[in-house]
Amino acid sequence: MNDVLDVTLRLLIVFVVFLTFPLIIGQTEHKVMAHMQGRLGPMYAGGFHGWAQLVADGVKFAQKEDVVPAGADRRIFQLAPAVALLPYLLVLLAIPIGPGEGAVGEVIDAGIFFVLAVMGVGVLGSLMAGWASANKFSLLGGLRTAAQLLAYELPMLLTAASVAMAAGTVSLPGILDAFEWWWLPWQIVGAIVFFVAGLAELQRPPFDMPVADSEIIFGAYTEYTGLRFALFLLAEYAGIVVLCGLTTVLFLGGWHGPWGADGLGWVWTLLKAAVLAFIVIWLRVTYPRLREDQLQKLSWTLLVPLSLAQIALTGIVKVVIQ
Amino acid sequence: MSPTSAALTTAADTHGFLSPTGVEIAFLLVGLVTFGAALVTVTTRQLVHAALWLVATLGGLAVEYLLLTAEFIAWVQVLIYVGSVVVLLLFGLMLTKAPIGRSPDADSGNRWAALTVALAAAATLIWVVVDAFRTTWIDLDGPAAGSTRATGESLFQNWVLPFEGLSVLLLAALVGAIVLSRQAKATATEQPGAGAGTSTGRRTTPSAPSANTPSDRSTTAPAPSVREPSATDAPAPDAPAPDAPAPAPTEPGAPSEKEPR
Repeated sequence: MNDVLDVTLRLLIVFVVFLTFPLIIGQTEHKVMAHMQGRLGPMYAGGFHGWAQLVADGVKFAQKEDVVPAGADRRIFQLAPAVALLPYLLVLLAIPIGPGEGAVGEVIDAGIFFVLAVMGVGVLGSLMAGWASANKFSLLGGLRTAAQLLAYELPMLLTAASVAMAAGTVSLPGILDAFEWWWLPWQIVGAIVFFVAGLAELQRPPFDMPVADSEIIFGAYTEYTGLRFALFLLAEYAGIVVLCGLTTVLFLGGWHGPWGADGLGWVWTLLKAAVLAFIVIWLRVTYPRLREDQLQKLSWTLLVPLSLAQIALTGIVKVVIQ
Repeated sequence: MSPTSAALTTAADTHGFLSPTGVEIAFLLVGLVTFGAALVTVTTRQLVHAALWLVATLGGLAVEYLLLTAEFIAWVQVLIYVGSVVVLLLFGLMLTKAPIGRSPDADSGNRWAALTVALAAAATLIWVVVDAFRTTWIDLDGPAAGSTRATGESLFQNWVLPFEGLSVLLLAALVGAIVLSRQAKATATEQPGAGAGTSTGRRTTPSAPSANTPSDRSTTAPAPSVREPSATDAPAPDAPAPDAPAPAPTEPGAPSEKEPR
């Protein structure tokens, strides 16, 4: 009975995090973008600085008609948002937030592989949406999504492998247990490559060619309305949560901090992830969109060689240490 | 590969076939679902649906691995097959021929030969597995027999030679794909009319999609997509080059999982 209660509680907490954190990031994005662009952002909904804007947006989305285009492949069109969103929920289960077994949804032996594998599945949602919409812009968006995933999955995997080599384990809590502060400079190249590749996999600006609104409307999501469209947006923000959490755990030491590692480890994790999320938003406001060929070039000619160099460095240091 | 062989117990005496445990029932049910999905994959007339059913099939296989305690293999299965191979497949389908609805010409004339080969391969595999394991049972309560550590140790202690052999095979395949795509490109620039030789060359290189074939098939959407993806493709023939030697020595799990199928 106690086991059942424990599992239920963990699942519940992860679910609540899954529902709230993306909204918090979304609201932060509203405000941060507004202030970086010299305006106020949403101020009305909810009274205090428009805190309820996203709730209002959600109500608006729920009221809209759920349209399926006549030429679309109905079932796949309707299934796609779920395929895009659910993997991130599963990934959240495996991200440890503090020391010990109490602070992770589920300890998974091959955590890195689980996380990267399931994140890759999420892209299938965009592909399904792009194909099933029976719209040429959607199809173009889906194709760009696929090309982007194929290009950026490799550097992401290689840099994650570098951390796994350094720690001697592929379990996420295990990596955090083995973490030392000097890993930070040691793995910094890998961290940057991982973060950039993750951004590209989420199709966040400046890597948002698949949804480039000025040329292909909204890519794979062009035909979506109402709640299903909202689910795709939610998937993007859940993806930011997952990416920032993962980068924190793999490269920034997770719950390790200069002080207060014992009861307050989770604060460090959240703080680091929040700073990363801020950087994600910052990049969106700062950089122009990369062209499709620049996207591919960045991955294959810069990120992949850099991640290979990082692996070589990790191997050499590891051998020297031993 | 048999990472589990170390921790298997020959406990046929204590396990009967008539009193299955919950895990065994789950294994059977998932197996049936996987088998059904595989059947739909090859019988459906909607090409993209076939690819998506393949996702279900491969995912079902991953669940089977999980139930056999081979956690690492299961996640690598999802990572390589669902995350990469199927995405590549869908990418290729959307580039060339992905109509919504049924394709009347989806049935191949080779289907009886294909069925024979499939049955023969299945029979061989079943025979090998049955002969190798006989009545061994995985002890679910003991230490995980298929954990990453166990898999890695058996792979790099007992099975290093096959593993390296597979790496070389993959490397050869990569180099071959690059050579073929380069050839196709060279002949295409020489004679824009793309003769028979180049088209066969293209069909044999699925890993380097050349985007110039779909114009003869009038479907709902692919026509406008021809230009854009070919632009994205431009770096693709070069693309495998920087990472070509990489997976072989540096990435132990992924390439080796790719081969046995």
